[in-house]
Amino acid sequence: MSERRDIELVAELVPHGSRVLDLGCGNGELLAHLREKRGCSGYGIEIADANVLACTQRGVDVIQLNLEEGLALFEDQSFDVVLQLDTLQHLRNTEKMLRETARVGRIGIVSFPNFAHWPNRLHVVGGRMPVTRVLPYQWYDTPNIRVGTYADFEVLARKDGLRILDSFGIQGGRVVRAWPNLRASVAVFKFERERSGASG
Amino acid sequence: MSHSIGEVQPQSHHFAQPLPLTSGALLRDYTLVYETYGTLNADRSNAVLVCHALNASHHVAGTYAGQEKSLGWWDNLVGPGKPLDTNRFFVIGVNNPGSCFGSTGPMQPNPDTGKPYGALFPVVTVEDWVDAQARLIDALGITQLAAVLGGSLGGMQALSWTLRYPQRLRHCIAVATAPNLSAQNIAFNEVARRAIVTDPEFHGGHYYEHGTLPRRGLRVARMIGHITYLSDDAMEAKFGRERRNGSLGYSTQDVEFEIESYLRHQGDKFSEYFDANTYLLITRALDYFDPAREYGGDLAAAFAPALAKFLLVSFTTDWRFSPQRSREIVKALVDNRHAVSYAEIDAPHGHDAFLLDDARYHGVLRARFDNIAREFAA
Repeated sequence: MSERRDIELVAELVPHGSRVLDLGCGNGELLAHLREKRGCSGYGIEIADANVLACTQRGVDVIQLNLEEGLALFEDQSFDVVLQLDTLQHLRNTEKMLRETARVGRIGIVSFPNFAHWPNRLHVVGGRMPVTRVLPYQWYDTPNIRVGTYADFEVLARKDGLRILDSFGIQGGRVVRAWPNLRASVAVFKFERERSGASG
Repeated sequence: MSHSIGEVQPQSHHFAQPLPLTSGALLRDYTLVYETYGTLNADRSNAVLVCHALNASHHVAGTYAGQEKSLGWWDNLVGPGKPLDTNRFFVIGVNNPGSCFGSTGPMQPNPDTGKPYGALFPVVTVEDWVDAQARLIDALGITQLAAVLGGSLGGMQALSWTLRYPQRLRHCIAVATAPNLSAQNIAFNEVARRAIVTDPEFHGGHYYEHGTLPRRGLRVARMIGHITYLSDDAMEAKFGRERRNGSLGYSTQDVEFEIESYLRHQGDKFSEYFDANTYLLITRALDYFDPAREYGGDLAAAFAPALAKFLLVSFTTDWRFSPQRSREIVKALVDNRHAVSYAEIDAPHGHDAFLLDDARYHGVLRARFDNIAREFAA
């Protein structure tokens, strides 16, 4: 997701002038892009010291927190958009964070490596875990503790009452809308919390 | 390595107009002692005020002529080429009223009586200090500060600036601080105060007239304070169960362990230079600070008027001003949609970490000040 073109593709999902919370914002590149190109404001969340420093150098507001501890700092629906890009696969509490994303943001946008991308399937058919450009790790040293697919996310979203507003794959800097579960190494979902009952 | 700014000289400014205090009392004409480093630029936009905590002063950086050991208390942060770079910023350190380092305080003569104020010095608050500092900033011809920076009690002053004078600072940098003191924190202060007040040499605070000093009380106050500024791990690493002598002395009153020796030494040193009435006043100012109080405890409501961009820093092993307390401030700022960054530094030293030069901590401050400098260099 650090690829420049991938960042731009995700940025296009963020409405102009949005108040944004970027969970696992890395060096703040996307937030800086959203601020400069789309008039957005908001904060990044990071745990790594080096990324907190990089964001500070960039002039991006960053709050150093461990996402595993949840988002108690943020009120319900207090952001227009909560981004969780290339982050969810590193979290033990994936489902809780997804719910938190939908609680804090009116819109959630997630991206993660799609384990069902066809080269990955070939690796597994060949009896080995995939090692690719998007998934460059060996099974024993990968930080990706949650491995899921594009299709898996659709199931989880339904289970957790998330309405998918848009979704696509990204492969080689291009949007993949046909057979993304097979043809894309990165999955992207834009969703909102399903409105239940009288509460808005 | 960056060098110290070198020799510096304190200045003072006399204010003839009384300062109205939070308590309702007035501080009659008073003097503030301060130091400045670097040069104020033509449009007066590069000034940074550094607020001091309990036992520090206006002497933030540099040394005094002929006094080798007089290095300023935040010299590792402030100076040429340092994170708060005096080649670019005009840095102001000011001694708060009620302190004992030259500004009007309990050791100074009360103009009503001609005798030292002693216990009659009015109780001052963080807000009163900020008002006094603002008058000094006026006197220096500065309308808006680039930043106000402080750690611990100094951080409280930096926060208070954003509420009392929202238009007068662009950035607030508050390190190892809290939105108010917890009961445990007030309890430590109270132990320290009782140690001083019950010292037979205290004489109700009028010890100057008796030609005595409540040194024993001050020593104990400093010892307990010092324990709370260090983390358990830092103390263990530095002293462990190291003994003074090889064999046990089987004495209940002699120094047996190195930690005892260290605390006694710190206490002795402190009691030689610090004023007991000042200790009482400053710990009280700490206890009283609570900007949410007049908003029914709603810290977010308290921070609504702030306009500054904030940077908060805490240290994971600081149990006296814990990260949780800084996060409360961050939450209040986020609730208001204020600009805020927050760094939680995993340093082992406890509260004292804010005075040390941890690379991650100073790296974040340097990056922030670089950005602030760009605002007026443009």
